[in-house]
Amino acid sequence: MSVAIGMNTSSVSEEQRSQLALLAIAKRQRLQDVVFQRLTQVFALLVLVALLGIMVSLFNNAWPTFQKFGLPFLWYVEWDIINEEFGAAIAIVGTLATASIAMLIAVPLAFGIALFLTETCPPWLRRPLGTAIELLAAVPSIIYGMFGLFVFAPIFADFVQVPLQKVTSGMPIVGVLFGGVPNGLGILAAGVVLAFMVLPFIAAVMRDVFEIVPAILRESAYGLGCTTWEVVRKVVLPYTQKGVIGGVMLGLGRALGETMAVTFVIGNANRLPTSLFSPGTSIASVLANEFGEAADFHMSTLFALGFLLFVITFIVLAAAKWLTLRVERSKGT
Amino acid sequence: MRFKPSLLIAAAALAFGSSAHAADITGAGATFPFPIYSKWAEAYKKETGVGLNYQSIGSSGGVRQIRAKTVTFGATDAPLTGDELARDGMVQFPAIIGGTVPVFNLEGFAAGDLRITGPVLADMFLGKITKWNDAKIVALNPGKSLPDMAITVIHRADGSGTTFNFTDYLSAVSEDWAGRVGKGAAVKWPAATSVGGKGNEGVAANVARTKGAIGYVEYTYAKKNKIPNFALKNASGKFVMPSLETFAAAASDVKWDKVPGMGVSMVDEDHPDAWPIATASFILMYKKPGDKNASNQALKFFDWAYKANGKKLAAELDYIALPDSLTDKIRKEVWSQIDQ
Repeated sequence: MSVAIGMNTSSVSEEQRSQLALLAIAKRQRLQDVVFQRLTQVFALLVLVALLGIMVSLFNNAWPTFQKFGLPFLWYVEWDIINEEFGAAIAIVGTLATASIAMLIAVPLAFGIALFLTETCPPWLRRPLGTAIELLAAVPSIIYGMFGLFVFAPIFADFVQVPLQKVTSGMPIVGVLFGGVPNGLGILAAGVVLAFMVLPFIAAVMRDVFEIVPAILRESAYGLGCTTWEVVRKVVLPYTQKGVIGGVMLGLGRALGETMAVTFVIGNANRLPTSLFSPGTSIASVLANEFGEAADFHMSTLFALGFLLFVITFIVLAAAKWLTLRVERSKGT
Repeated sequence: MRFKPSLLIAAAALAFGSSAHAADITGAGATFPFPIYSKWAEAYKKETGVGLNYQSIGSSGGVRQIRAKTVTFGATDAPLTGDELARDGMVQFPAIIGGTVPVFNLEGFAAGDLRITGPVLADMFLGKITKWNDAKIVALNPGKSLPDMAITVIHRADGSGTTFNFTDYLSAVSEDWAGRVGKGAAVKWPAATSVGGKGNEGVAANVARTKGAIGYVEYTYAKKNKIPNFALKNASGKFVMPSLETFAAAASDVKWDKVPGMGVSMVDEDHPDAWPIATASFILMYKKPGDKNASNQALKFFDWAYKANGKKLAAELDYIALPDSLTDKIRKEVWSQIDQ
């Protein structure tokens, strides 16, 4: 606008002046942009600094343990505090086993819940159900732990473990899998409680990404005569793949690091679990249990476990990223 | 990371409270005596206006904090050795006595119905005795019909003074235990069935729910929750039940001079009525405190706790107050070493 006015007046000095004014504005705006960009960059870098700081301090504190045991620390099956013989295998196995069980149960359930909510749920039920799921996600983990120990474990022992053992005892592989003392605690119980915990997270994320599928895509597919399942399979899922994987990984991340709920029901035995019902321990629950009374070398070993948990979580997230990248590439986008 | 808050509080206390005479006393450490320390602190504050800020972060945390000089006193269930004390320039004295009780869950048997000896108890926790109708248990309980049921061992999952006390006892009565497991705030539990519960309440809940379970909890906890406990054979051959009297008997003729720093183990005492699993909980203080005023305040607090009011509160919570002969000795021989 001002440029046009400047040309109309045909006065050179006027035109120059207005151009100068424009330049000044542009300069100021650029400066603002630069300052804003730098500032936000610093904010973002802070995260990186914190991450690096945690990693370095964990590793630093864990160094005596890594130095003493070296790489075999990862698969050494021992946890003897008094004689200072430590291996991470028991805790790693417990962590991975409980998290896998949780994901095996929670992912299909969450998928079903999200599908129901976005595709087939009557509108009047959609909001209360959705809110209920979000509320479940907000329940503190200690509540799940107490529920697990005092309510879930006795029921699990009487109505799952005992009947299962009756049926499977004597069978070759299955019998061993379900062996052990049926007291309601152990790897499987911890996995199930974890599944309860991560379910609302995964379901909420899945529901949100399913909802962003443009109505026009869905309606076109229905218009072509697709069934609900075909719409989900061929339209909704391909469109939301990335978000679904993201949701699953969010749940997995939480399952790996969950502390209190697992500590209450896993049985806290520093032995390699021999069956689904046998007690074990996870990295997070070892840390929670033993940090208070740990000294010197024991302390550094706990730091080493913390570092390993960090690495495991990192690997999981990296794998998720790689998975989504591969999916995108295979679609040719 | 539970020691962080206490660090901050201690730092704040150092920054603001070093000259103020009404500043709170700071202490950190053992969880075993925490209930009585906080009860004492509450009553003491009412009487004198001086508060005690005690962080129950665990015994090794307490030792760490006093070494870092962030607190006026450290508290530990596992006593430091004379060498350690000399190196750090610290004194150590007992503050209170408590006990641990082995408990069980077996249908048809109530508190005291089952008799057990230390070595048999150790074998059960070692996993060498796996059934309730084992000949060794039957021999101790003639005329009782014990079921052919598996024994499940329940222990503390978190490091604790209760575990230290209990494993200290098992080490004292069983060579096998001392050699294979040892004593500590957390140990490697050898029994194939052992399950860890978090805190006294975790152990109690698991014992109450698991048929055929054995475990151990702090005396107060067993009493309040009425968990059945064994009658335990003590060093002089008598089967005793846990009570304030049997604890007091255990405390009555402990040879406190036996070990420098009074770090005497009170398990398996040979007084005829002694309950064999008792322990003192210890306080650590510097001989040359950085803040004399704070150190004096702490001594005044313990002086008060050793007297009638403190004793009454201890009895209410089922702890055993130290005998007067001992507290006189502490005042004369230990506190005199601290610059006041």
